[in-house]
Amino acid sequence: MSLATPARPKHVAPPDPPRRRQSRTVRLARLDTKLSPYLYVAPFFILFGVFGLYPMIRTGWMSLHDWDLIGEHTFIGFDNYTALLGDEYFWNATVNTLGMFVVATVPQLILALFLANLLNRTRLRGRTFFRMAIFVPNITSVAAVGIVFAMLFQRDFGVVNWLLSGLGVDAIDWDAQRWSSWTAIALMVDWRWTGYNALILLAGMQAIPKDLYEAAAIDGAGQWRQFFRITLPMLTPTFVFVVILSTIGGLQLFTEPLVFGNGNMRGGTQREFQTLAMYMFEKGINSLNTAGYGAAIAFALFLMIAVVAVINFALVRRTVK
Amino acid sequence: MSVIRRRTRMAAAALAAVTALGAVAACGDDSGEGTTAGAKPDKLVVETFGEFGYDELVKQYEQETGIKVELRKTAQLNEYRPKIVRSLATGKGVADVVALEEGILNEFKTNPANWADLTPMVKDHSTEYLPWKWELGKAADGRLIGLPTDVGSLAVCYRSDLFKAAGLPTDREAVTALWPDWDGFITTGQKYRQATNKGMLDSVTTAASAVMFQAGGDLFYDAENNVIADKSPAVKQAWDTSIKMVDADITAKTATWSPEWSAGFKQGTFAATFCPSWMLGIVEGNSGAENKGKWDVAGVPGGAGNWGGSWLAVPERGKYKTEAAKLAEWLTSAQSQVAAFKLKGPLPTNLEALKNPDFQAYTNAYFSDAPTGKIFGGSVEAIKPVHLGPKHQAVKEQAFEPALRAYEGGELKEAAAWEQFVKDAATQGAF
Repeated sequence: MSLATPARPKHVAPPDPPRRRQSRTVRLARLDTKLSPYLYVAPFFILFGVFGLYPMIRTGWMSLHDWDLIGEHTFIGFDNYTALLGDEYFWNATVNTLGMFVVATVPQLILALFLANLLNRTRLRGRTFFRMAIFVPNITSVAAVGIVFAMLFQRDFGVVNWLLSGLGVDAIDWDAQRWSSWTAIALMVDWRWTGYNALILLAGMQAIPKDLYEAAAIDGAGQWRQFFRITLPMLTPTFVFVVILSTIGGLQLFTEPLVFGNGNMRGGTQREFQTLAMYMFEKGINSLNTAGYGAAIAFALFLMIAVVAVINFALVRRTVK
Repeated sequence: MSVIRRRTRMAAAALAAVTALGAVAACGDDSGEGTTAGAKPDKLVVETFGEFGYDELVKQYEQETGIKVELRKTAQLNEYRPKIVRSLATGKGVADVVALEEGILNEFKTNPANWADLTPMVKDHSTEYLPWKWELGKAADGRLIGLPTDVGSLAVCYRSDLFKAAGLPTDREAVTALWPDWDGFITTGQKYRQATNKGMLDSVTTAASAVMFQAGGDLFYDAENNVIADKSPAVKQAWDTSIKMVDADITAKTATWSPEWSAGFKQGTFAATFCPSWMLGIVEGNSGAENKGKWDVAGVPGGAGNWGGSWLAVPERGKYKTEAAKLAEWLTSAQSQVAAFKLKGPLPTNLEALKNPDFQAYTNAYFSDAPTGKIFGGSVEAIKPVHLGPKHQAVKEQAFEPALRAYEGGELKEAAAWEQFVKDAATQGAF
């Protein structure tokens, strides 16, 4: 920066009164303190507005219409929502989504807790290796996981049925019943997410002060007693957090059941494993003339997640107190 | 289940929403870039699914006219349809010539404004094709939106080696003689089951399609496009025949297009499937070179019928509509249809092509030199026109076939399966 260039015009133009010049700098500085913070946070809000808020509002608007993706739109108020309440398949998808969530999440969290506790032991060799190893499934692509598991669970040439036949069990048509399809899909979900949750729980465990354990040990508390009396109660906030994440993910289950069902949005001949997200896609995208109805399903799903989030929030507040 | 996953989901949802939004924008923006009349295009894009046999033809067209032609292919119809929808809704990536299959044609016909009227752009070919096929290419408002490509005259593809192992005749004449009607087909299936303890037919749904299309007339919709799934005689006939087949246990219960089904061609899970002529390329692809000469083609039980077949249409938003219409006209001409048939099997609809000696004398080397030209061509004229409603494909794939498969798999009793079908047909068929 050369000083000469900006100095030139000053001589040409009548010199500004020093007070005014100063006030301009002050004004700029004030503007800077007022405006800059908004600029710094703007990228998030702009992205959120474009990819989060706008689609959401637009979806809400669509849900109030009889909307054809490649044709006309007619305003019908809340008719889509009233139809939704009486839609057997909507409730079927809700039951499937919640059911698969429970079947997948309960064993997953117990296993994650067990793994975290194991990895938390100071005497364990190669801890870092194991900690990284349990996370690896999580960075595998969902589609790849879905395709491989769908192959494992094939009826005619699948490995699982081949192993079962060794035990004398007849070939199971995994996607033909609720229990079998849910099991297969839950396994897929657990394979990917157990390690992830275990790591979060492990972090929570490491935040528990060591002296608590030492004091307990001096008082003669064994491993199990320490786990139930110290680890679990102290871990509650982390645990609730993990449950929230699992719930939100579980309610939006989509890719795994879709790939498992050979790409059919129906999710089995009798919709045995059609989730809400799949039903939304079926109505909103696959079937051109019911895009508005699909938008209503999307909003219903949004409301469900909101309700669950509020419940979770209340729980967290109570436990943190 | 995590933040990352949640973000992915949100991104996916946002993407879906944005796609939908594009639709809105597209509707308000009709003028677009407009048609550049008279200007010679650098390149025309042809969008097809499955195997249309255009690979060599487009090269020839390039040489003759100097216009580059890009051929886009999608393997399966159910992946193809969303692509077309997306391009129509957003106006992005619209091809110049688009193939529309009979199952989805009517759905697109309900919004005919998306397609260009071909009448002023091509010569009058109305008398050169199978009359019913030509008529179906017109929208309700009388505009010509599709030029006929192929029909899917029916035959049975069977594995002669597996038939031999089961003690059944292997010669195609003798095999055809096994099943003059559907009862004969079921009896043969039962013999096959006794000899091998395997299902002869791949799936009950392929037979159901065959029976339904043989019956012709109104299927899931009546002439006024009301859903008549529960009353239609053709549907009822297909349903009853299918139930008989399941009860006789002659199917291998492999859902069509599933991995089990695709692998089954190689593994010999089943020994027969229903082959409209476009299916020949698919059977060959799934069975692989090592099974060349094991497959053969026999006549179909119960008479002629049509399953599948397409039209070439020109989207209204296309940039070079006149040139695109000329290309579509050329691709559906008699000589092009014969060339496509020889390459991949789609059966001509052009009357001159059907009389072409080259076509009639053609034998398919992969299928034990079966005279496919004669087998398929011979029954084309006997095909009864079928009326497919706007959402025929959705009713067939999302209502009719799932119910049949649920019965085939023993998950539902017949009455419950029928009830599920009727209920689903009403929702899937609404438009």
